[in-house]
Amino acid sequence: MIAELGLAALWLAAALALLQLATGVLALRSGTSDTGAILSALVRPVAILQGLLVSFAFLMLMWLFARTDLSVALVAANSHSDKPMIFKLAGTWGNHEGSMLLWITVMALAGGLIGLAERRLPEPTLLATLSAQAFVGLGFYAFLLFSSNPFARLAQPAAEGMGLNPLLQDIGLALHPPTLYFGYVGLSVAFSFAVGALVTRQVGPDFARAMRPWVLGAWIFLTLGITAGSYWAYYELGWGGWWFWDPVENASLMPWLAATALLHSVSVLASRDALRAWTIMLSVVAFSMSMLGTFLVRSGILTSVHAFAVDPERGTFILALLALYVGGALLLFALRVQTVTEGERFAVTSREGALVVNNVLLSAILGIVLLGTLYPILTEALGFRVSVGPPYFNPVGAIFVMPMLAVMAVGPLLRWRRDRLERIQKPAVFLIVMVIPAIILSLMVGYSGILPLLGVGLAAGLAVGSFLPLRGRNLLRVPLNVWGMVISHFGIAVALFGMSSEAAWSVEKLAALNAGDQTQVGPWTVDLTDVRPRAGPNWTAIEGTMLARYGEQDPIKVAPQSRTFWSPVQQTTESALLTRWNGQLYAVMGSQGDDDRWQVRLWWKPFVTFIWYGGILIGLGGLLALIGRLQGDWKRRHTERRIAERAAAA
Amino acid sequence: MIARFSVVGALLSLMVASLTLPIAAAATPHPPLAYRQLDNPSREAAAQELMETLRCLTCQSQSIADSDAPMAASMRHEVRTRIAAGEDPEAIRNWLIQRYGDYVSYSPQVGAATWPLYAGPIVLLLIAGLLIRHRLGGKR
Repeated sequence: MIAELGLAALWLAAALALLQLATGVLALRSGTSDTGAILSALVRPVAILQGLLVSFAFLMLMWLFARTDLSVALVAANSHSDKPMIFKLAGTWGNHEGSMLLWITVMALAGGLIGLAERRLPEPTLLATLSAQAFVGLGFYAFLLFSSNPFARLAQPAAEGMGLNPLLQDIGLALHPPTLYFGYVGLSVAFSFAVGALVTRQVGPDFARAMRPWVLGAWIFLTLGITAGSYWAYYELGWGGWWFWDPVENASLMPWLAATALLHSVSVLASRDALRAWTIMLSVVAFSMSMLGTFLVRSGILTSVHAFAVDPERGTFILALLALYVGGALLLFALRVQTVTEGERFAVTSREGALVVNNVLLSAILGIVLLGTLYPILTEALGFRVSVGPPYFNPVGAIFVMPMLAVMAVGPLLRWRRDRLERIQKPAVFLIVMVIPAIILSLMVGYSGILPLLGVGLAAGLAVGSFLPLRGRNLLRVPLNVWGMVISHFGIAVALFGMSSEAAWSVEKLAALNAGDQTQVGPWTVDLTDVRPRAGPNWTAIEGTMLARYGEQDPIKVAPQSRTFWSPVQQTTESALLTRWNGQLYAVMGSQGDDDRWQVRLWWKPFVTFIWYGGILIGLGGLLALIGRLQGDWKRRHTERRIAERAAAA
Repeated sequence: MIARFSVVGALLSLMVASLTLPIAAAATPHPPLAYRQLDNPSREAAAQELMETLRCLTCQSQSIADSDAPMAASMRHEVRTRIAAGEDPEAIRNWLIQRYGDYVSYSPQVGAATWPLYAGPIVLLLIAGLLIRHRLGGKR
């Protein structure tokens, strides 16, 4: 019954999306006539109702997973009655159908929220936006209902579920996909805004202010999602790597790069009414990257082009949606771009100028990641296989990242519209002076490659540079969004330092030990004191107890495990991490060798945690900016209302 | 001179051994050097650097330096053995490429199959330059 209720709600929500599209388009066409007024009054409530219905459907699916209802095909294929409750619930979106349902749920909720709260946009633009939103949504509804029904029943209930991939049974990964989806969907909202503004030809500061919170929100979620995903890969895969340039990772990085560019250009549009066409273009690109990411991850094309060709239905569906939305939006853009004037002009040396340079460089980085991700798929389709990995992405990306970071350090010091380079000469020289001791210091610690060295230098310059916009200001009166920028930029410096340090100064130790043996890694002395079996709810494990001593300090106990899950059967390494302020000791328990000794892997990774602290700071900065912007909008509206009231009273 | 000869000898014997023992089919669970570092730190560093740029053919997007897959383990053993014998890392890479194709190497060499990977960024650089000029130049 629960499954049927969920499916019914999903169909109803799809019907409402169709209604939302139809009423929206008709209302736009009939303009200010009476029918137009009635129709446009319908659109907002329909959007809200659609959001509620599809949320209901999603809750029903969660309920099915909570009860482990094995008569539902999806539950039987992805869950197991022995699983802890939190992972049963997370299992709802830990699979193809459920994650697509999550996508459309978040998207419809966003539409409902726009219907409920958006009051800045002119009514026609809002109607066009909600229609575009419904149009995008319909594609996903069709995808779910026709090719990925999450509520399908089995003819015979299964005796037991197949289980969830043990690698995914982890709290970090339980929260990772929803976080990314919030980001993807936020970008779909930005896309709908862009389409709406193109349809009504009203691209200006009001439109940018309405779109900005969504871009910021999406960007915060993408930032945190990528940060969490990277940390998960780091501790769960058991080899201490934190970024593999895996296509799945790139699928989340590309929307982030596009969103970062969009975030900055939409700010220029909001405060300076410049970069109109460029902002619209970036919203289309950002959404395309979300769709492309979904396509890459969901179609199975990454495992192999041939796996995709064997079962192409789902992949073809998403590819068709991608072509429809992006192609449609680009066509609309091409038709309308002449009517979107460029907006305000500005000099080369200005805040806008620096932001344009950064935007172009970010787009180029996006281009490289896109090329490196798609190229192997392309060549495989043509019959030969190549691998593109860190040795390609790191140096080629750095060519664009380094100048971008340099501009990022000085750009915020420039004034809007027009400035002179002489005015920022002193701080610029100061920044360069900061870079030199950092490079000398890191050379003294040990040289290993030009990229980490430049990374440390740039990180030092950027860390100082990020705070320079605050100089000479009363800190209590600095607006929240400026704090947001400062903290985000500082976060980039922190993360960059962590990456460079990890790349340059990690120490690895592979040791074969008996209980009682001792080994060294970097400044650590590690004793393997004991090895014994352990049992969990759905796994058994070999656990090694180690006492780790940093220099002459007191020993600390760590206990990495090598786990064997039985539903489905899979081995995972549960690495043990010992975090100090200056880095992490990373310990992994391997298997027993021929001579009965245990294979133990140890790493000392100086300042590796800064990578994720940086990610969190970047997200936190985004949050401050979002709060600051929403506050500002609220105040502005409040004053406008007061003025209108006074005018009416007089 | 003697050292050089012994290296060449070791190399030759290795070549012969490796031709008769295909690595992918290695049957023992853990060849000795899969989970053991070389004693010579600079050799180990060279091996590590090479292993990080070789693809584990049975994994998804992992190098042989960070995978528990049996094939990655036997390839690590192979790389360490050859580095220990003094073989040049790039020679080992080429040998592996001959054996498994370009797919095994993460750092694609510029060639018929891979030139667009390097032409692409150059084109992007040009486009970026033109865009910035177009956006910023010509206007005051």
